Amino acid sequence: MTISFGNPDRPNSYIGKTVPRPNAPRLVQGRGKYVDDIVLPRMAHVAFVRSPHAHATIGAIDTAGAKEVKGVLRIFTGAEIAEVCTPWVGVLAHLKGLKSPPQHALAVDRACWVGEPVVAVVATSRAAAEEAAALVDVDYDPLPVVTDMMSALDADTPVLHADMGDNLAFRRLHEEGDVDGVMATAHKVVSARFKTARHTGVTLEPRSILADWNPAEQQLTTWNATQAPHMIQTVLATHLGLPEGRVRVICDDVGGSYGIKVHVYPDEVATAAISKIMERPVKFVADRLESFSTDIHARDHEIEAKIAVDAEGRILAIDVDDWTAIGAYSVYPRTSAIEGNQVVNLCGGPYDFANYRAQTTVVFQNKTPTCQYRAVGHPIAVAVTEGLVDLAAAELGMDPVEIRRRNMYADDVYPVTSPAKMKFEGLSHHASLNKLLELMDYDGLRAEQAALRGKGIHRGIGIASFIELTNPSPFMYGIGGARISAQDGCTVRMDPDGSLVALSGVTEQGQGTEAMLSQIVAEGVGVSPDRVRVITGDTQVTPYGGGTWASRGAGIGGEAALQSARALRGAILEVAGAMLQSPAEALDIRDGQVVDAASGEVRMPLEELGRIVYFRGDTLPKGVPRELVQTRHFITSDYPFAFTNGVQASYLEVDTETGIVTLLKHWCVEDCGRIINPQLVDEQIRGGIVQGLGGALFEEIHYDAEGQLLNGSMADYLVPMAAEMPDMVVGHVETPTMESELGAKGAGEAGTAGAPAAVMNAINDALRPLGGQVTAMPFTPERILRALGRITD
Amino acid sequence: MSDAFRDRIDIALTVNGEPVEARVPAGRHLVDFLRLDLGLTGSHAGCEHGVCGACTVKVDGEAVRGCLMLAAQADGAEVWTLEGLTQSGVIRDLQDAFVARNALQCGYCTPGMLTSIEELLNRGGVPERAEIREHLSGNYCRCTGYEAIVDAVESVARARAEKGAA
Repeated sequence: MTISFGNPDRPNSYIGKTVPRPNAPRLVQGRGKYVDDIVLPRMAHVAFVRSPHAHATIGAIDTAGAKEVKGVLRIFTGAEIAEVCTPWVGVLAHLKGLKSPPQHALAVDRACWVGEPVVAVVATSRAAAEEAAALVDVDYDPLPVVTDMMSALDADTPVLHADMGDNLAFRRLHEEGDVDGVMATAHKVVSARFKTARHTGVTLEPRSILADWNPAEQQLTTWNATQAPHMIQTVLATHLGLPEGRVRVICDDVGGSYGIKVHVYPDEVATAAISKIMERPVKFVADRLESFSTDIHARDHEIEAKIAVDAEGRILAIDVDDWTAIGAYSVYPRTSAIEGNQVVNLCGGPYDFANYRAQTTVVFQNKTPTCQYRAVGHPIAVAVTEGLVDLAAAELGMDPVEIRRRNMYADDVYPVTSPAKMKFEGLSHHASLNKLLELMDYDGLRAEQAALRGKGIHRGIGIASFIELTNPSPFMYGIGGARISAQDGCTVRMDPDGSLVALSGVTEQGQGTEAMLSQIVAEGVGVSPDRVRVITGDTQVTPYGGGTWASRGAGIGGEAALQSARALRGAILEVAGAMLQSPAEALDIRDGQVVDAASGEVRMPLEELGRIVYFRGDTLPKGVPRELVQTRHFITSDYPFAFTNGVQASYLEVDTETGIVTLLKHWCVEDCGRIINPQLVDEQIRGGIVQGLGGALFEEIHYDAEGQLLNGSMADYLVPMAAEMPDMVVGHVETPTMESELGAKGAGEAGTAGAPAAVMNAINDALRPLGGQVTAMPFTPERILRALGRITD
Repeated sequence: MSDAFRDRIDIALTVNGEPVEARVPAGRHLVDFLRLDLGLTGSHAGCEHGVCGACTVKVDGEAVRGCLMLAAQADGAEVWTLEGLTQSGVIRDLQDAFVARNALQCGYCTPGMLTSIEELLNRGGVPERAEIREHLSGNYCRCTGYEAIVDAVESVARARAEKGAA
């Protein structure tokens, strides 16, 4: 039996409704359980001595003074940790040519970025560990640094890792059609140079781990703030030489992640190694400076790009030359080449055109490693694509909406394969754009803009269409050799009182995973969501799975939950049929009761069925299956990724005297397929938009030429605050994926993907009559005043 | 660390309406005292330099950064944390509105956010959205994009004003 999602009056219709998150009341009452809230007997604390140099050899390490500090238990150098913890290499086989040297938990011999951990100090309190860490004397011998991206491959630039031969980590060229030929003869060719700044995630809860090696049980238990518990289990087992089955990773509440907490960090692995050596619990919680200098960074790209159009505004060719610098190492195990690879895959995404060339060049430098952060590569690809499309429209004197209409894939053309060789199962660019224009009253806004222009007020309207990669198959990591599951599982169990417990391999970091799963299980079995308890984040308890990243929680984890719930429903009805002497097909479960499917007449509450199965099984016919626990797994197989689409619009005002941009309003229409909980989807979109707005206007990690981090505090690295953010209007088109019964695709990254481009296009729309243009993010007042020629020095 | 930081100081205060006496290191921050010594883990340390607002607690009626105040400075003070505000029921409507409007995601900023908002709501009246946004500008939220929080505050202020008028 399938669920008729089109019928809102169907029984148990929880999928598609806004229901409250079961974990929210706990969090608003201060009853969350984050890693730093956990205290274990004999727990010690570790603080790290970090390299103050961007590149230096490590000489003698003097710990005598540090050992004198009261409370200090032990001090570890890189060589000592290396005795119990093997180094790792952040490469994937399918990213051909990607190279990176072995990386240790603590630097051995050489430090490669400011903030790299060098020495670990363990004490009975964090304060004592920090005090002692400040007294460790490391003899550094500074080495030449590589900090500039565009000259990293020049012959006179020092090679950061001599064993690697050069500073090139990865390069990929994709070519489709005849780009040069088309560019040579096209009606118009427009080019621009784009820059996206180095960002970091700024999770309010810093990275945290509590590791507890129990020699009596020969088991390592860790409490991690992570998105991927099973991946962490594998990594800790591999590098500490333990069987996977002897590592248990528990993930309770996580205070924000956005991709930051899906990676393997040297200091966290070192903490687990120290627990193993000291045979007691050890906690590490990053402080805010450590967050800025050691959480992964992202989005540090410079892109030269061209677009060719004909006289009617049809896109003939796009040519993209993308450069990114990833810091000193490719991050393990997901690698730091994925972001550049995504730029190649995603540029031009919404548009039906034939000739495409894109190259990404990924280089090493002496800075904090970069890796996957919310909407990986998307904000860059969308800014390049939508920036080019707007420039072409301006060149042609065409409205930005019109040029998009002429080029977006028609809504009835699917399935199609893009010039980047991405396969699209079903998208809704035109329907989404139409809905957006209606929501924002595009014509009305244009009239308002023109009227205000006459009064010297410069407002801009910016549009950005986008595609978003969600529900990844093993094509993302597994085929490259990483033990990162693309499959996910769910176990659903009915207890004697008729309540359900659902155990899922996907995780919760605030998105509402547990609410989403409770709705699906409730509908799948036939109970109300408050009868479902959801458990996630424990490798010893839940089915094996990938966790939550790349917008896979609802699409993959949700489908596994639906299938396991449907299986449990079937198992319940089989027992009920035997009890009620009725064919199972004639029965249904509605609101926690077994009912007659045709009439809806109540036959038996689930708690009565539970009572009989668990306590009076003797009264059931011998041999009747009574398996009230069912597990199902789900993996996508028809498409490597489930692409979604959407379109955003920004309305803003530029103060041409001060260069300050005021965001007035923002709109987003997106298509994530089946919507399970409208409120949660909307809030994912809004939160994502604001993260994108931060990148457009404020966020930029600064280094000097020596590789010193210049803005390592929240006062200096600006993120969006309430006062600067606009209200956002969110709309939806639903094109469910046919790969699953649920039909859900991801929604977590759409906001971040499109917002920076919409803002860029809106600013340029405001500046165009004044002759200015900005393409380097963030669009600070200084950059805007320079674009207007008001600052020239 | 100077020796003065190691000195221990006797303090007596009330926390969530209960008397507390303690001997604390002079360098102990209020938020660490609450979390580590009293087990009140509802207050969170986010940046430890007074910017993010996750550690906001109420001291003598005012919203204060728990990371910028020393425990020793709280001698004689009346301190309220989210645990106490919850138990006393004074922000139940606000908490309910946060859940209903999904004005929180990861929940890490939420205790400080609620404590700051309580201060705003206590002023009475129905603040404009811009005023709410301005008031919240001492509290970072990286998940929600703030709009749901503004909605929740607005709805509670309106409900309280209507109740007061009735």
